[in-house]
Amino acid sequence: MSPINFEVFPESYRHWRVEYEGDIARVIMDVDEDGGLMEGYQLKLNSYDLGVDIELADVVQRMRFEHPEVKVVIMQSGKDRVFCAGANIRMLGGATHAHKVNFCKFTNETRNTFEAAEEDSGQKWIAAVKGSCAGGGYELALACNHIILTNDSTSSVALPEVPLLAVLPGTGGLTRVTDKRKVRRDLADVFCAMEEGVRGQRAVDWQLVDEIVPNSKFDDVVTARAAEFAAASLKANGLTGIKLTPLPRKIAEDGSISYDLVEVAIERDKGLATITLNGPDTAPPASTDALQAEGADNYLLKLARELDDAILHLRTNEREVGVLVFRSQGDPAAVVAHEAMLLDNADFWLANEILQYWKRVLKRVDMTARSLVAVVEHGSCFAGPLAELLWSCDRSYMMQDEFEGDNRPLATVTLTAGNFGRYLMGNGLTRLQTRFLGDPEAVDRLEAQKGEALDADAADDVGLVTFIYDDIDWEDELRIFLEERASFSPDAMTGMEANLRFAGPETMETRIFGRLTAWQNWIFQRPNAVGEEGALQRYGTGIRGKYNMERV
Amino acid sequence: MLDLINVSYDTQIPNNVGLSSDKRVLKALEKWHPGYINWWNDLIPQNFQESMVYLRTAVSVDPKGWAKFDYVKMPEYRWGVLLAPQVEDRRIPMGEHLGEPAWQEVPGEYRNLLKRLIVIQGDTEPGSVEQQRFLGLTAPSLYDMRNLFQVNVEEGRHLWAMVYLLQKYFGRDGREEANDLLIRSSGSEEAPRMLGAFNEETPDWLSFFMFTYFTDRDGKMQLESLAQSGFDPLSRTCRFMLTEEAHHMFVGETGVGRTIQATCEAMKTAGISDPYDINKVRDLGVIDLPTIQKKLNLHYTLSLDLFGQEISTNAANAFNQGIKGRYMEMRLKDDHRLINDTYNVLDLDGDKIIEKEVPALTALNMRLRDDYVKDAAGGVGRWNKIIDKHGIEYEMKLPHQAFNRKIGVFSGKNFDPDGNLVSGAAYDQGLTEWLPTHADGDFIQSLMKPIHEPGVYASWIAPPKVGIDNKPGDFEYVKLHMA
Ligand SMILES: [Fe+2]
Ligand SMILES: [Fe+2]
Repeated sequence: MSPINFEVFPESYRHWRVEYEGDIARVIMDVDEDGGLMEGYQLKLNSYDLGVDIELADVVQRMRFEHPEVKVVIMQSGKDRVFCAGANIRMLGGATHAHKVNFCKFTNETRNTFEAAEEDSGQKWIAAVKGSCAGGGYELALACNHIILTNDSTSSVALPEVPLLAVLPGTGGLTRVTDKRKVRRDLADVFCAMEEGVRGQRAVDWQLVDEIVPNSKFDDVVTARAAEFAAASLKANGLTGIKLTPLPRKIAEDGSISYDLVEVAIERDKGLATITLNGPDTAPPASTDALQAEGADNYLLKLARELDDAILHLRTNEREVGVLVFRSQGDPAAVVAHEAMLLDNADFWLANEILQYWKRVLKRVDMTARSLVAVVEHGSCFAGPLAELLWSCDRSYMMQDEFEGDNRPLATVTLTAGNFGRYLMGNGLTRLQTRFLGDPEAVDRLEAQKGEALDADAADDVGLVTFIYDDIDWEDELRIFLEERASFSPDAMTGMEANLRFAGPETMETRIFGRLTAWQNWIFQRPNAVGEEGALQRYGTGIRGKYNMERV
Repeated sequence: MLDLINVSYDTQIPNNVGLSSDKRVLKALEKWHPGYINWWNDLIPQNFQESMVYLRTAVSVDPKGWAKFDYVKMPEYRWGVLLAPQVEDRRIPMGEHLGEPAWQEVPGEYRNLLKRLIVIQGDTEPGSVEQQRFLGLTAPSLYDMRNLFQVNVEEGRHLWAMVYLLQKYFGRDGREEANDLLIRSSGSEEAPRMLGAFNEETPDWLSFFMFTYFTDRDGKMQLESLAQSGFDPLSRTCRFMLTEEAHHMFVGETGVGRTIQATCEAMKTAGISDPYDINKVRDLGVIDLPTIQKKLNLHYTLSLDLFGQEISTNAANAFNQGIKGRYMEMRLKDDHRLINDTYNVLDLDGDKIIEKEVPALTALNMRLRDDYVKDAAGGVGRWNKIIDKHGIEYEMKLPHQAFNRKIGVFSGKNFDPDGNLVSGAAYDQGLTEWLPTHADGDFIQSLMKPIHEPGVYASWIAPPKVGIDNKPGDFEYVKLHMA
């Protein structure tokens, strides 16, 4: 199979149209039936596959960087009588388990991103639902900040996965119904066990939608509501966007990838990918005007885009690479300076967007089901935003003292203000808070050390890295660790890491990734769903799934 | 003992289902009834409501002598709940429950699918009455006016039949659906009818005839397949509806036939032999044959869309679950399960129309459509005989299934009526010859003048061969109320 590419451009969208009208944008879903990413299914009734979602993710991302003037986004259907029928069932039925899981993860991340757009970027998403809105279709709407449903006595919202397909509404559906919409749990039970969904006044009464509108007034009310929301927005007026230029990506024969700032060396025989992040070689922009002029060439934005693309690529296209090694090279002071420019101007839209984006990329790393290890070598620049990666990783290794024949600057770790609240994890805490869950004061003590370049002993002392080794032990220890890691069952690794990474409180986000998707992935393994006689396989044949009635 | 053949009038609602002893459903129906009457009264122009119409009313479900004819004001028509007699020890005729006793109650696991099918069927019944609401004003004769109203009241009764099922078997959801059937309305922007063809206008009488010929025939095919249902009350309801439906198609076939007849006769008298000499033919006060063909093209293709996608999961489910069978299921000689069978469906390979072998279960829509196409060809043949008899060289044709489609594999593609894919320009140009234009509509509209004199017919339509209920030619089928 040819690799799946996550970089797309508006000129070549097949499934979405975006119309910009001042501070309001319309995102119109109009899926091309014959535009499936793979063979063997048609994307009927605005159903989607990964390809459709990759475009949506691009829409969301460009909305924020290229169209900061937008305050309200209306998500609507370009088709008659259907909003969106959800994930394509034949695609799910035919996909490997791994593809299904990756697909769900990516779609979940995309939903989270546009859901957070209101809080992070002042872009409020409205779902304007006309026609049937089922399963993943309703999950799209659920992730919007406001849902308007037409009251034409036909259109409904529904989560029919359980009765119809013997799987869960796993793209946040069950969780958002209870945690976000706060639908009473017994009504949620009724709603999620019925195929045909709920329409009209009852949809409002049950809090499944925010409002219903007579069909003949629907378009007017949607437009009016968007205008109201835009007028109430606190976001600055008339911002001008930047262009997200094509990524400078080259993929070599052996799978290795190079961008401008990020390099990924792949050793398939060892199941290993080494991701090198390079530090800035320019000074930070002197002003917000200069930042705007830099646009996509800004250091942290460029780094974020390249790392994001690399992670997505590895997840989907390099599935036997079980361990990701993060290393960096560059001047930590320059990293600190670049981040400081953004932090100092965080009320400037682009600075804010870049910081928010870095937060999302780090979350993407947190959510990556590979063993993650950070290697802090001499000459590295794990400072501020890059230092976060140390605590995203399952472990970190740091070089101690001078290494023979190595004249790079000694390895250090530098904390910045950014590490104390800018890049929250899905659990609502900073990575440091999560790391020192049992000792909150440790975080306060660390805050006092902001700006100091901590060497291996100091970093080890305060618990910022896992192991420090001098040049006698370094190579062996690292080799042994990587070999050991590569020998464990990947399933057990994924399960163990996912459990250990997210200490602390539950949030809607952690419940979606930790509870909903975990159950979904279990169900995706069970014969009742995916067996030859299971509901997913049988869907569309007219023959029902045959269930083993034993409760497990 | 409960009389299940003759209609009981001991409640407000005529029925043969023992309503008087089923208080719960009776109450629900009585609650629904005023809404229905309002719907009817708002729909049909007032002077017709007051008129005496010579209608048949069902008095029994005995196939022989089930109806009696009499004058009645339409709002007083005895709409009722009538099910064909129960067949003893009826078995489910297809799918995974083949051979099991038919269900007298709804099986819980199929409740939603069944409800959906009934709602979709139910939605079409009032839809057509709404589409035809103004035709009374331009009826070409009292005979035709009466036929229109007969069709209308029976479609109203079909709505009752579906509403009864919803209220009896589907609990609160069913009651809500029954209410919504009165809320949706044809062509409404607010809440349109569920299927496209029932939101199209029926602007004139030729459309009405084409509609009853082609679109009611879709109804017939759907009812035939629902009559096979393992859910016995649905099967019995549909079987009885089919007796009424036959008359609707009769109205359609003879209506188009009489229109053609009037055209041919006028052409012959005037000595015109070229059917394409449209202006000359129109000057005779009749509708030229090419325009009739255009109307045929339109209504036939709209009706084909009602069969849905060629490949359908829902149809497969419904069959396998014993809820909806095939046309003439009982007469088909196969295993009635179709698990390993295949069926050929039309498909597109690039621009080429091909036949593709697919699992038979998923092709049931296509199969029913194929049966429909065969069924619809009969009347067209008889129309051509009329033309032939008058020595005019012209042939009415069913267009290719790829032409003018909005649903299925051919939708949105530029196929001409012969099934050739043509360029956008050729298609735009051809459309004026293939489908009725606004100008055609203007012309037909100019002929739509009401005739209220018994036994007299508008110029564009010939009198029927025999009267309804064998009444003589000058029988006053509608005693018009003159305000
Ligand atoms: Fe009917
Ligand atoms: Fe009919």
